[in-house]
Amino acid sequence: MLASRALVRGLQSGFWRRVSTSSGARAAHPHDVDVLDCSAPQYNNRPDTPWPDVPFVRNLSAEQKKLKEKEKGPWTQLTKEEKLAIYRLTHELSFPEMNKGSKEWMTVLGGIFYFLGFTALLVWWQRVYVYGDVPHTFSQEWVEKQTQMMIDMRVNPVQGFSNKWDYEKKQWK
Amino acid sequence: MFRAALRVSVSGARSLTRARPQYTASVAARSYSHGKQETDEEFDARWVTYFSKPDIDAWELRKGMNTLIGYDLVPEPKILEAALKACRRLDDLASAIRILEAVKNKAGPHKEIYPYVIQELLPTLSELGIPTPEELGIDKA
Repeated sequence: MLASRALVRGLQSGFWRRVSTSSGARAAHPHDVDVLDCSAPQYNNRPDTPWPDVPFVRNLSAEQKKLKEKEKGPWTQLTKEEKLAIYRLTHELSFPEMNKGSKEWMTVLGGIFYFLGFTALLVWWQRVYVYGDVPHTFSQEWVEKQTQMMIDMRVNPVQGFSNKWDYEKKQWK
Repeated sequence: MFRAALRVSVSGARSLTRARPQYTASVAARSYSHGKQETDEEFDARWVTYFSKPDIDAWELRKGMNTLIGYDLVPEPKILEAALKACRRLDDLASAIRILEAVKNKAGPHKEIYPYVIQELLPTLSELGIPTPEELGIDKA
């Protein structure tokens, strides 16, 4: 109960200018709190259903009610501001506002790089402080002897290793 | 497919709004290989009749418009005119403006469709006093 109220409050302050409420849901609750009743029709901003089930503003103030009354008369008598106000009562966002993108992708990409970098630091630390020495067979001296033995053995003489050694000139081709 | 090419050309005012695929949307939006296909005129007539109902209610208007917008086409101006008049009967200016916005959105990349539709609807818009989204300034985010 408390968690859902906190969630709605968080959502209201974070994402939605106003969570529109139905008077039924409010009446059922003893405190004056905007509770989101998920069983009742909700408002949404979707370009594929431009006419949502309920208007954005359901509880009209006296001024808004007067505007709605004026809407019943000829629309030619409404001023531009009044027409816009009527539109905004029913719809929260216009199409361009709904469809515009955000700069969120920059944040996401930055976050990815940041955490990749942090991981790189961890891997580096691990390389320095966790891993022991590399086996002695990787030392310069050993690899030299190993390479000479591979040449002597004619390892992959057709297309591979020994193919690249010039046996006459005793050097790499 | 040829109709697709014809659609793109600017010539032929009537073909401008026919931004739809080869089949027209029949009642249940099914394209049978058998059976009679609904013609464009029948489709338009059906929708004009729907919105011309004198005692249409708010739900029917919303449902009709949401369904119409769901189709893969831009509605003909005569359907939109009937819908705008239905908005007037319901004293719903916001829905009328929304219709114009939705048409522009439906046209998508075909930028010539919306000005044509507005031009066709101008008598109705001025008669009923419906502003275009541009007049209200809500055409920009």
